[in-house]
Amino acid sequence: MSEDEREPPYLYPDYVGTRLRAPAKPLVNLPEGFHDFPAPLFPRTIAELDHDLTRRHAGEPIGERIIVTGRVLDSDGRPLRKTIVEVWQANAAGRYLDQDDQHPAPLDPNFTGAGRCLTDDDGEYRFITIKPGAYPWKNHRNAWRPAHIHFSLLGGEFRSRLVTQMYFPGDPLMPRDPIMQSIPDQAGRERLVSRFDPQTTVPEWALAYRWDIVLRGRAATPFEHEP
Amino acid sequence: MSGPLTPSQTVGPFFGVGLPFEKGEQIVAPGSAGAIRIEGQVLDGNGQPVPDALLEIWQPGTGFGRARTDSEGAFNFMTTKPGPTPAPDGRPQAPHFNVTIFARGLLRHLLTRMYFPDETDANARDPVLNLVEPARRDTLIAKNCGGVLHFDVRLQGERETVFFAI
Repeated sequence: MSEDEREPPYLYPDYVGTRLRAPAKPLVNLPEGFHDFPAPLFPRTIAELDHDLTRRHAGEPIGERIIVTGRVLDSDGRPLRKTIVEVWQANAAGRYLDQDDQHPAPLDPNFTGAGRCLTDDDGEYRFITIKPGAYPWKNHRNAWRPAHIHFSLLGGEFRSRLVTQMYFPGDPLMPRDPIMQSIPDQAGRERLVSRFDPQTTVPEWALAYRWDIVLRGRAATPFEHEP
Repeated sequence: MSGPLTPSQTVGPFFGVGLPFEKGEQIVAPGSAGAIRIEGQVLDGNGQPVPDALLEIWQPGTGFGRARTDSEGAFNFMTTKPGPTPAPDGRPQAPHFNVTIFARGLLRHLLTRMYFPDETDANARDPVLNLVEPARRDTLIAKNCGGVLHFDVRLQGERETVFFAI
């Protein structure tokens, strides 16, 4: 399978939202190299505590406190340092802090549901948050999204841009979710599922989930510079 | 090479709490030297506004901008015009922005380019525009509406914007 065949298609009719938004004409292929350029400076500030979604308000949010951590790598397994990782999620009751979210579940005054951080020298990111709840959506009758955390990654390259979702192991909603099932192969779907990480779990405090992310690199082989 | 890349998933409808940031649409401050305003609308296959899209513009040397659409599908950026950049083979490319589009209903982001209406000669020689069938090239060229550059993104259907494979 090529890289593209492993990605979800633009048109996936079971996910109703794709039907009027997927391009109908074929995408235009550019020769190798046109999308090989470094990302410009990201202007958003990333503060020390932005990785901790449980400490943004006066009190602690309701829910199961968790650590979500992992490494951001290229396809050769090299760590991608200083990658900008932005996350957002529903609260423990399955409700987003968004005026368009009509799910009749409570908001939590102590939970905004957004965080960001930079990967370290090993390509590692780390968030402290609460486990998001599942929530209903109107895609089809009795449709529920599995619990997930949205991830946005900005690496050093234009081609490495990725927005995706991280799921939790054993969630019975995953096989019924057209967004996750839009990924063509089982191995690809499994790459979006975090694993429980007993080593990183902090006794008496928080369970940990580990999820590694692999980003695209340049299409063209970089030139070896002359000494 | 094809390592086990992490697949894409939609940004969904509720990215507002996480991705937009204050003045993300202002790569330069309004009123600064050379500042230009870009305005546009994101439209679906029925021509209806897409109120839950996020656009990013990327240009080496110019900067990074991020803006979401409003209830009318409208977005805007404040930036400066980039200079010409070389193509991988060294030929010049006409000034342009790379534009990425995320939205509910887009399982992967889309890539397009915005070119400038006052660059007729450079656009005619641009190696990327020349890969696009002539009848569709104008979907990539902004229109000058009284000093504001207008650039609509039509995701599907008649006059669908040209998108490039990632």
